[in-house]
Amino acid sequence: MTQEPENPESPVVPEQDPGTGARGNRDATRPDDQWLRDAMHRMLTSNWLVTLLAIVAALVISGVLIAIADEDVREASTYFFARPLDTVSAAWNSVAGAYASLFRGAVFDFQAPTLARAIRPITETMVAATPLIFAALGLGMGFRSGLFNIGAQGQVLMGAAAATYVGITWSLPVVVHVVMAVIAAMVVGGLWAGIAGFLKARTGASEVIVTIMLNWIAIWLVTYLLTTTVLRQGGSRPISPAVGENARLPLLFGEGFRLHWGFLLALGAAALVWWLMERSTIGFKFRAVGANMDAARTAGINVNMIFVFVMVTAGILAGLGGAAQILGTDKTLQAGSAGSIGFDAITVALLGRSRPLGTVLAALLFGALRAGSPLMQTVSNTPIDIVLVIQAVIVLFIAAPPLVRSIFFLPSPDRPRRVKEVAA
Amino acid sequence: MSQLANPRLTPDGLLDEKAMAPVSWRTPIILGVISIVGLLAFVIFTHPGRISRIVVSRSADAIQIGTLHLPSQGSALVLLVVAFGLTGLSFWATLNRRRLGVIPIAFGIVMLFAFLIWAVAGNTGGLPLPLLLSTTITAAVPLVFGALAGVLCERSGIINIAIEGQLLAGAFLCVVVSSATGNPYIGLIAAPIAGALVGLLLAVFSIKYRVDQIIVGVVLNVLVLGLTNYLFSTVLTQNPQGLNNPPRMPSFAIPGLSEIPVIGPALFNQTVIVYVMYVVVAVLQVMLFRSRWGLRVRAVGEHPKAADTVGIKVNRTRYRNVVLGSAIAGFGGSAFVAAALPFTKEVSAGRGYIALAAMILGRWSPTGALAAALLFGFADSLNRVLGNIGSPVPYELLAMLPYLATIFAVAGLVGRIRPPAAEGKPYP
Repeated sequence: MTQEPENPESPVVPEQDPGTGARGNRDATRPDDQWLRDAMHRMLTSNWLVTLLAIVAALVISGVLIAIADEDVREASTYFFARPLDTVSAAWNSVAGAYASLFRGAVFDFQAPTLARAIRPITETMVAATPLIFAALGLGMGFRSGLFNIGAQGQVLMGAAAATYVGITWSLPVVVHVVMAVIAAMVVGGLWAGIAGFLKARTGASEVIVTIMLNWIAIWLVTYLLTTTVLRQGGSRPISPAVGENARLPLLFGEGFRLHWGFLLALGAAALVWWLMERSTIGFKFRAVGANMDAARTAGINVNMIFVFVMVTAGILAGLGGAAQILGTDKTLQAGSAGSIGFDAITVALLGRSRPLGTVLAALLFGALRAGSPLMQTVSNTPIDIVLVIQAVIVLFIAAPPLVRSIFFLPSPDRPRRVKEVAA
Repeated sequence: MSQLANPRLTPDGLLDEKAMAPVSWRTPIILGVISIVGLLAFVIFTHPGRISRIVVSRSADAIQIGTLHLPSQGSALVLLVVAFGLTGLSFWATLNRRRLGVIPIAFGIVMLFAFLIWAVAGNTGGLPLPLLLSTTITAAVPLVFGALAGVLCERSGIINIAIEGQLLAGAFLCVVVSSATGNPYIGLIAAPIAGALVGLLLAVFSIKYRVDQIIVGVVLNVLVLGLTNYLFSTVLTQNPQGLNNPPRMPSFAIPGLSEIPVIGPALFNQTVIVYVMYVVVAVLQVMLFRSRWGLRVRAVGEHPKAADTVGIKVNRTRYRNVVLGSAIAGFGGSAFVAAALPFTKEVSAGRGYIALAAMILGRWSPTGALAAALLFGFADSLNRVLGNIGSPVPYELLAMLPYLATIFAVAGLVGRIRPPAAEGKPYP
């Protein structure tokens, strides 16, 4: 999504051609409920509605998959023509059961015995969302600056490795240690992404290809370091020891909840990114390069410098995500510590339309899917992998608003509805 | 050639130095540095008196050649002398503004042999050359098909990041269909259909809905990964005997050719997938660069407006190419499971991205893609073989090589690479 997403206020074209018709004439033909129609039109063509419908469509499609894979449903479908309602009710049971357990695992567990247990799922959602927010903020900045950074995966992993290294080898006092570990993650993540920015600026190498390759190099590099004493320190499994007590991000609500300060840092980072992109000079340059690179160059912006800046900033944010994952949640590093954070972050940034607020909300949604899926798997036997399908389908629909509009018979914002003018 | 027609000559007939491009010393310098490093690593710091054993024939081969016993240091020294010679040649060629041609490739092969001799120095088992070559082909086959898919799509102007997903979808459907029918060849027919479906999604979203092609590709990879994982954990695990138990794809030895020493069994005693690969590479190379269809495809990828002006249907060409290319990638996915292997989660394990890299290193041509894929396959297979017999280099570092090579290639450190001009841009 190299070009700016559509204007949030969808373009409602004035119903009158410019230069034709006198004002009085127009008012005379204007229906009384025009404001209502305008409001309806604006609502029906808004991006928020498309986003919402994309999520609904994705849940429906995944529901079909859940029903197909359910054994009861398939059993009932063998005598579908004798008793079709059996199939329908079995399908309903399996889908409703899966989504209900997903909700219980991600938002509010209404079957829990205590209040603390009941609200724990929503904090787990925030825990899962934290690294996604960080990484997706960086990716969103890239998308708005015309850079397609696929490399969050590698940047998260390298940041996580740097935080782990500082966390397990240095010994520092209480606050200093965690700050140093976080800074190390920012530096390494930023440098790792900076490679792609530098190569793009210096040689024109496509950042897409370079970041994909850097992802794999990061995975193999961390796997290698986990076999050496740099990150392993004894033991035979490729897993680092737990980071020191001082290097951990403090918990927000005590021992019962895993939610840590990383979440607040992520919200702070979102605010900072908003300020950077919308209110600062450098952010203006970022957006100018994204909107039209040639115009930006003509206007005197050093485009190559911007490439490096954007990539380094994105890498710093992704590195923070890695640090939050290790210092806040996991405590130990494995080659798979980054999981699919980097790739999920791409979908988060796309769903959030590269805006900080949207990114936070999208990260919370996908974090909820992550947090709720284990319970869904144990309670209703629906594998975690359905989450990937839901995510991918949501983003596919988001990326193609005309498709969503045609599925749900919504008016298109490109072809404005016109009020019939009475010929004078 | 008239001298007057040459703009690089002054009216006096002398070479005008200012009018000529500056001489780039990059390649000779890189070769020189590698030679010096090689001399230090493979000769000077190698234990003298060690023997490198290289097993040339398998016991089943018709023509038997004994195991080679080479003195490690001496052989490496000879190879390094050749390498220095090639470096000198490249300096001479650069100075005289001649094309380097095959010098870097020859240099690479020489250094590779020097590395192999160093890597197996003192190893009692020796380097099993036939095994190395046959696993090279096995590892390269999905990469070749994936890279060909990339070539077909990108030559028509559509970036295909979804190769990974297409390989995975092909492997999945191949396993399910061949297990259900008990016939591996029906699975081979099903695999390209799965790839083509993924490709159709890619085409519809990027051509009709004009979504950024990289976004669609990345998301399709996630979608296929999620779908296959989900179906694997549900349908396939509920009925592993019926749906995840593919029969073995039989190998055929081509009479005569398969008895060539060393390379014969690796190249010509293979499954039908490998023979299809040879045919597809050859056909695509000829069709892309020697046929009317190929000219049109390349025109659409380079300058769609010009192509449209002369009456070529740009988007129809793109649809066809994406679907055809994705079908080829899907077919390649069947190579993951040809050896009667059951489907597992993420069986493609990132090979689609290496295929993308092979396509780039192969400069968007079928034979180039074949060569690059074979190189990556060789790196992969060497890594496994060295891991088995005891390697002096950590597995993880060797595994990075294809990715590093690609970064060097796209950054222009080893020659210029230019993608099709209109790739990634929707038309009109």
